[in-house]
Amino acid sequence: MFDTPPASLPARPGVGYKPQHYADILSNPAPVGWLEIHAENYMGDGGRPLAQLRHLTERFPLSVHGVGLSIGGEGRLDPDHLARLKRLVGWSNPASFSEHLAWSTHDSQFLNDLLPLPYTAATLTRVADHIDEVQTALGRRMLLENPSSYLAFAQSEMSETEFLRALVQRTGCGLLLDVNNVFVSATNFGTSPQAYIDAFPLDAVGEIHLGGHDEDTDDDGRPLLIDSHGKPVVDPVWALLDYTLARSGPKPLLIEWDNDVPDWPVLAAEAARTADALARVPA
Amino acid sequence: MTGQSEFAAALLDPARATPPGLTDGSGAPTTRRYDVYRNNVTVSLADALESAFPVVRKLVGEAFFRAMAQVFVRAHPPRSPLMMFYGADMPGFLEGFAPVAKLPYLPDVARLELALRQSYHAADCVPLDPAALGQIAPERLGDVRFIFAPAVHLLRSDWPIHGIWRANMVDGSPAPAMQPETVLVTRPAYDPDIAPLDTQAATFVATLMSGEPLTAALEAARGGFDPGPVLGLLLTSGALTALTPGD
Repeated sequence: MFDTPPASLPARPGVGYKPQHYADILSNPAPVGWLEIHAENYMGDGGRPLAQLRHLTERFPLSVHGVGLSIGGEGRLDPDHLARLKRLVGWSNPASFSEHLAWSTHDSQFLNDLLPLPYTAATLTRVADHIDEVQTALGRRMLLENPSSYLAFAQSEMSETEFLRALVQRTGCGLLLDVNNVFVSATNFGTSPQAYIDAFPLDAVGEIHLGGHDEDTDDDGRPLLIDSHGKPVVDPVWALLDYTLARSGPKPLLIEWDNDVPDWPVLAAEAARTADALARVPA
Repeated sequence: MTGQSEFAAALLDPARATPPGLTDGSGAPTTRRYDVYRNNVTVSLADALESAFPVVRKLVGEAFFRAMAQVFVRAHPPRSPLMMFYGADMPGFLEGFAPVAKLPYLPDVARLELALRQSYHAADCVPLDPAALGQIAPERLGDVRFIFAPAVHLLRSDWPIHGIWRANMVDGSPAPAMQPETVLVTRPAYDPDIAPLDTQAATFVATLMSGEPLTAALEAARGGFDPGPVLGLLLTSGALTALTPGD
């Protein structure tokens, strides 16, 4: 039913859209070829946010990226939120819709963070059911993003890449590969980010995310990286992107910069580095 | 076995222990790693409140606001993923929050900030063409009722909320005089605007907003009231979207 290609975003640089960049993006977008928005910021009734988005969708391919659907939640999906999403996706007609392998709502309480879940047969069934429900409601294939992890669950029965691969097989969904999240999780668990990429179903990837992270330490003084989207992408993550693209081929690449958002030239320069990475991909 | 109830409950409650069954990836139990989520939740919700209530924040100070936000998010956690509408319970919370009892105007300042935010996200409307009024026969003018744009709010306060708002948001504004004020929030194009109304104009607009005709609004405003200036404000600010002539 949703066996269309993973996504129709162009394999070019994109950025997370911030309203303060509106005029700059319209007058001087290069090298950015598409934009991503957080769905929840465009669920008001009207006003400037929707007016800007309407205008931008006439100029750029759009990715609608949800942060509040709680696909990994134990409870059922919020029907009101799914209806809002359907309305937004309906009128903005994005090239891609994506959400996270995470939960954020419990007992109708919204916790405003991407919370982790154990990887078990039971959670696999639940997440697959939720993805089915979203894809049916939206009438399109969605992409699911790998999380950044700070802890693991003793009860997990499979690896994250096994879990994601099984979801793709069960639901036909695509994947959004966040290589910064891969680097953050691998550092936090002392595992190999390259091994994670090797195990990742790259054929299902419709988009790649890059962003900055913060550095902290855990209970034992070991490095604990925190996904913060408030800084430039670090060199090891750029290297991991090259490693990934060499195996996956060109993909749509997005710079996520959500906190301490810089002026447009700085963000555009960061996006230009993704263009360089695409240019290095072997033909 | 860690259920989401257990995981969620400790996020906003520092007195609760770290949920069991969480490890550092090698099997060792962890607290600091769980605390990353605790910190993310608390900080992101406090950030949302800060952007919603810049004037309240200025009035109580940054450090006090952050501490108060922690109390608020535990008492009133979000019920929706739309962070742009989080904090609707703030005025009521402030009314009962003893540490701010000496700032009795704070709840109404929060109401004004909520009204401005709601106005910013309200549905777009085509403003009423002032010429439409000219097409009403003079003897029927008193029967006219107006439809207001959803971006319009009228707030009456025992406190100078307009003066307080301006003094904190607009450089060079005078200190507010301690008097009751009524504020009209409108949204010409995309930026909400606020205007103080005197008692008569406030009653006039409130009566019109309740769906009563012009005659009733003029009677409510009482003698000597010239509706011209406030009608002009309503028309130029896009506050009115339609009129219905009387039967």
